[in-house]
Amino acid sequence: MHIKRRVAVVGAGMTKFVRRAKETGKELAFEATKMALDSTELTLKDIGCVTLGTAPDAFDGVHMKGEYLSDGAGGWRKPYMRCYVGGGTGVFAAINGWYHVASGLFDTCLVVCEEKMSSCQPHPQYAFQTIFDNITERPLGPNLVWIFALEMNRYMHAHNISKEEIALVSVKNKRNALDHPCAQLPQKITVEDVLNSEVLAWPVQRLDISPTSDGAAAIVLASEDVARKITDTPVWIDGVGWSLDTAYWTNRDLFYPKYVEYAARMAYEMAGINNPRKEIDVAEPYDPFDYKELHHMEGLLLCKKGEAPKLTKEGVTQRDGDLPICPSGGLLGVGNPIAAAGLMKVCEIFWQLRKEAGKRQVPGDPRTGLAQAWGDLMQVGTVVVMRAQ
Amino acid sequence: MEEVAIVGVGSTGLRSVTPDMSYKELMFEAATKAYEDAGTDPRRDVDSFVCVSEDFWEGTSIFDEYVPDQLGAVLKPVCTIAADGVYGLITAYMQILSGAVETAVVEAHSKASDMLTPTDIVALALDPVVNRPLGGNPYYIAGLEMNRYMYETKTTKEQCATVVVKNKREALSNPYAAYGAKITIDDVLNSEMMFYPLSRLDMSAPADGAIVMVLASEERARRLTDNPIWIRGVGWCSDTPRLETRDWANAAYAQSAADMAFKAANIANRRKEVDFSEVDDTFSFKELQHLEALGLCRRGEAGVLAEEGVTEKDGDMPVNPSGGSLGAGYTFEMTGLQRVLEVVLQLRGEAGKRQVPGAELGLAQCWRGVPTASGAVAILSAKREGA
Repeated sequence: MHIKRRVAVVGAGMTKFVRRAKETGKELAFEATKMALDSTELTLKDIGCVTLGTAPDAFDGVHMKGEYLSDGAGGWRKPYMRCYVGGGTGVFAAINGWYHVASGLFDTCLVVCEEKMSSCQPHPQYAFQTIFDNITERPLGPNLVWIFALEMNRYMHAHNISKEEIALVSVKNKRNALDHPCAQLPQKITVEDVLNSEVLAWPVQRLDISPTSDGAAAIVLASEDVARKITDTPVWIDGVGWSLDTAYWTNRDLFYPKYVEYAARMAYEMAGINNPRKEIDVAEPYDPFDYKELHHMEGLLLCKKGEAPKLTKEGVTQRDGDLPICPSGGLLGVGNPIAAAGLMKVCEIFWQLRKEAGKRQVPGDPRTGLAQAWGDLMQVGTVVVMRAQ
Repeated sequence: MEEVAIVGVGSTGLRSVTPDMSYKELMFEAATKAYEDAGTDPRRDVDSFVCVSEDFWEGTSIFDEYVPDQLGAVLKPVCTIAADGVYGLITAYMQILSGAVETAVVEAHSKASDMLTPTDIVALALDPVVNRPLGGNPYYIAGLEMNRYMYETKTTKEQCATVVVKNKREALSNPYAAYGAKITIDDVLNSEMMFYPLSRLDMSAPADGAIVMVLASEERARRLTDNPIWIRGVGWCSDTPRLETRDWANAAYAQSAADMAFKAANIANRRKEVDFSEVDDTFSFKELQHLEALGLCRRGEAGVLAEEGVTEKDGDMPVNPSGGSLGAGYTFEMTGLQRVLEVVLQLRGEAGKRQVPGAELGLAQCWRGVPTASGAVAILSAKREGA
């Protein structure tokens, strides 16, 4: 694999993540875009192309949502396209932007992710009913919490993991989010609180899940020579990977996310990473549910299968631990406007590697970070590996 | 610049209905043909798969869940681009240029016959605050646009009707086409008035089908095939989504996309160097409007050229030898890839009865339909640049 040219993140921005934003989707996209551009002192004139990520149109009830959002996202009279891999979209949008620039077609690319789930009444979960196979599954009236409950159960069973161990993730991430100015659900809670919260679909309880949210995030990408002119501290995207498993999720053993491993291996190979546990200094795996953080750490080869709960219990994944995981507060704490939440993770790694994360800054000298998202029918993994100078 | 080629194509052909096939079966058929054409095994040789779809056309949210199995793409890099097939082609092209992958597949399909109320879906694409509450059939936008285009360029209804007659006739010699017919200008003019001045025959009719293509880096393309079709330039652009502020007479998106593509392809004299083109003709006037925006003729000239037969298959500047959407059928997000398919077949000399003699360089263009102002362009050649 010979990558044509190096691509850097040079700026980032995001809106507050909230349960119900007064702004339209266009306005949310505009706000994040403006903040990302302002952080680089560039204007739209300097931007070669725009790529947008946003999850189901069914949230907003707007068909071709990408077209609708194009002006808010800065796409007016520019090469503009929307990419889409369900929940994995946020990190995939960064990948899509990466090859816009790495291909040599553009020197700069604006990556914008927006989600407005609150338009979906009475609850965005209704939109998710339409993601199931229209013949074999949809007539059963399933929802996402059910199928993730199956996965969580299988994961717990395979490694003999307790609910208490998993709840630690929720406690950690919600506490980390106390230091995030954009966070929707920063909370100081205990394992007891998680275990006593309402049962939604066993073993999933209310505090095991991230909230539904409105919000947007954006980053600016630039080719190597242009990046160096824009900033002294570009953060390089040195590895990208993505993988999609079969649509027949009922045929898979859900205890392990193989597609995440495949995506990670692709990204690690590109970045020249042989020992991810040693070489990754800070990671933002996707955590829409607390068990998913653990599941994904294992898929990302950051620990052995079944070992993630142990690392969590030992404090290794705390912000001041040996391998800080979700120092942002993750989706559990910051919020989960689907596509925007994925790109928020890329923003966080950008800020961490630039040492601009403020109170969330992990100690020491983090040089290499990773952001990952996950989606579809427990099916897709998207990974970027980023490096400081 | 390093080059990328199309090394395999597969298509089901277009039909008005396909009750015997699911969308998965359509995709499987097209994919099987494309892999055979390219001599590739998707599991072994293909590094990335790009599919195009929009959720509401499919009636399934997060439609990309349902694509990997029938393409041989399980546990491979697969992504969806929510746009026309030409955008998918461009995505695969960029992935290969970046060096991340060597072989990539593009897929597009249409299962239009499963859509009970496509017009209602189009209405959902209107701005929910400003435009949608006004109600009405959203295709009124196309009528307004046709009116403005005809007014500003002095194009006549008859000239627009010529496009319909031509494309439906060309479609008769295209085995992939669903709506070939021998009709007259009067037939078009006398057909039911739909959205003034748009008559029923000015509008293309929906069709089902699937197309898959295999793209490869230069090195791999040379190993796979003796007749690679090179991608010489691509461009895409979105004008404003706001109906109130866009240019109704000119297709600004097509102009901007063409400028980008022609610059990349290093083509100065467009009319002379492009041997034939496949441009969007969702509505009859769109073919004319797009030809002008693409810089293949002057403003207001396209109608005259159509009337004079210049854009016929054996004319000086053949346009839509495939029969276009008017003749072959409108296939939603597959529309543009259908154009690319025709360009590939023409450049390979495999277009049979509709072959444009001596075709070496062709252009494919797409528009994302009402109510968008977005589209893309791809310029393909049988010859590598500088060869």
